Amino acid sequence: MAIIEVRDLGKRYGPRVAVDSVSFEVAEGEIFGVLGPNGAGKTTTVECVSGLRTPDRGTVSVLGRRPADVRESIGVQLQASELPERMRVGEALALFSSFYPSPADWSSRLGLVPHLKAEFGQLSGGLKQRLSIALALIGSPRIAVLDELTTGLDPQARRDTWSVIEEVRSAGVTILLVTHFMEEAERLCDRVAVFRGGRIVALDTPSALVSRVDGATRVRFVPSVALDVSLLEALPEVTSVSSVGEQLVVSGSENLLHAVTSLLARRQVVARQLRVDQVSLDDAYVELTGGRDVEDH
Amino acid sequence: MLKIIEIEARLFVRDRLNSLFALVFPSLLLLVLGAIPALRTPDENFGGQRFIDSYVSALVVFTLAFIGLQRLPAVVATYREKGVLRRLSTTPMHPARLLAGQMVVNFVAVILSVLLLIIVGYVVFGVDLPHHPLGLACAVVLGGAGTFALGLVIAALAPNARSAGGWATVVFMLLMFFGGVYLPRFMLPSAIQAIGSYTPPGVEALQQAWLGTAPDWRHLAIMGLVSLVAGTVAAKTFRWE
Repeated sequence: MAIIEVRDLGKRYGPRVAVDSVSFEVAEGEIFGVLGPNGAGKTTTVECVSGLRTPDRGTVSVLGRRPADVRESIGVQLQASELPERMRVGEALALFSSFYPSPADWSSRLGLVPHLKAEFGQLSGGLKQRLSIALALIGSPRIAVLDELTTGLDPQARRDTWSVIEEVRSAGVTILLVTHFMEEAERLCDRVAVFRGGRIVALDTPSALVSRVDGATRVRFVPSVALDVSLLEALPEVTSVSSVGEQLVVSGSENLLHAVTSLLARRQVVARQLRVDQVSLDDAYVELTGGRDVEDH
Repeated sequence: MLKIIEIEARLFVRDRLNSLFALVFPSLLLLVLGAIPALRTPDENFGGQRFIDSYVSALVVFTLAFIGLQRLPAVVATYREKGVLRRLSTTPMHPARLLAGQMVVNFVAVILSVLLLIIVGYVVFGVDLPHHPLGLACAVVLGGAGTFALGLVIAALAPNARSAGGWATVVFMLLMFFGGVYLPRFMLPSAIQAIGSYTPPGVEALQQAWLGTAPDWRHLAIMGLVSLVAGTVAAKTFRWE
């Protein structure tokens, strides 16, 4: 059952179209990734889902209602939103707790307890993010919207944050995760929507997105005897063959390895230095979004 | 809402320099001026009063203008700039409550500061207790409302915290001038004295309520009008992000 339903969403800021006919559904308990370059419409879309912005076109329903009517069920972690410099961690938690009927305390699981007396302005980037997550989860939301939550964190802090997200999901919270780290999406998300120019250009599981890329699998080897390249090219699984020195590089679909090794076996050719590479979500992403980021954020 | 007020109050107190300045500075200045013998002797030059008697209302003007224009707009504009208001608008609590909490705390600070001034003036220098306490309360409330509303207009219209601070300082200086803080009012030309009666926070009404008989209701009404108009402008133009 869909807990978030976005239909034909459109939003413009003056002459600039930020989001243009975006539709997707998120099932309960899912971690749904929103990927794309800067200015692709990710943040605007999740802001509409969070009830912070009113769409110009289309509908957004969360738990079957308008987002603004179910604020207490949506926990939001916003990109670049801060607290007063001198507010202490404990005070922020107490303040936000007072907004909700049944607040949840994530401070110990997020490692905030030793810092309750610290002032916001003195926290490190990682601690600010953890506090921000704790505040997003404080109302025991059924949906958490997390916008670029690991941007600016060091690799260790990023991994720690990921395990927190997994913990949150196992508590039954549906998560809408905006990110531009492919590794993050691959590790956490059940499905991802790739945004480009205000539209969704692909929506699938991370592994399906990868296999969609032409030549997703690459087999390299040095044949023991000379091999007619056209035999390889004739295989339906193969999309391209090239040779680097005496090494052959064969690209193709998922079943490539089996097809190539069977051919070699039939021809009694031994493949030396055999290596198989899989393209990553990174490659898939670059292909889907047409490469370089559009810097018009 | 009580939690918001509590935390805003803690933040106010934690900002030691500003909070001490707002609460204690007017009384301190009175003590310093009163230490000069010439200023605590009745003199024809001071309109037959002692200088310190004629100056207490200017110190109330200082308190109101400092809190309403030096603190309030800076805090509000910073809350917007840092995304604090935007963050709150994702919760069931409307961010307007945070601004309301901020105003309550600042207003309490005004009251404490004025009470301290009354006590210090009375105990140390025998400045009369307010002749018309209700009138003084009205003058402080309406004058404070007018000054706070001007501060909020600035916070609403300024593009960021820096320019809010700049604009507010200009208005602060002007109100202090017309309110007789820089130069005592008996030294100002009568035209400027007249203007000062009608610019927030309304020094004439404060002085009349404290040491005269009663504030002129027209002066109070003007303060009410200023707060209404400025408050409406601030509410209509305020951006939450």
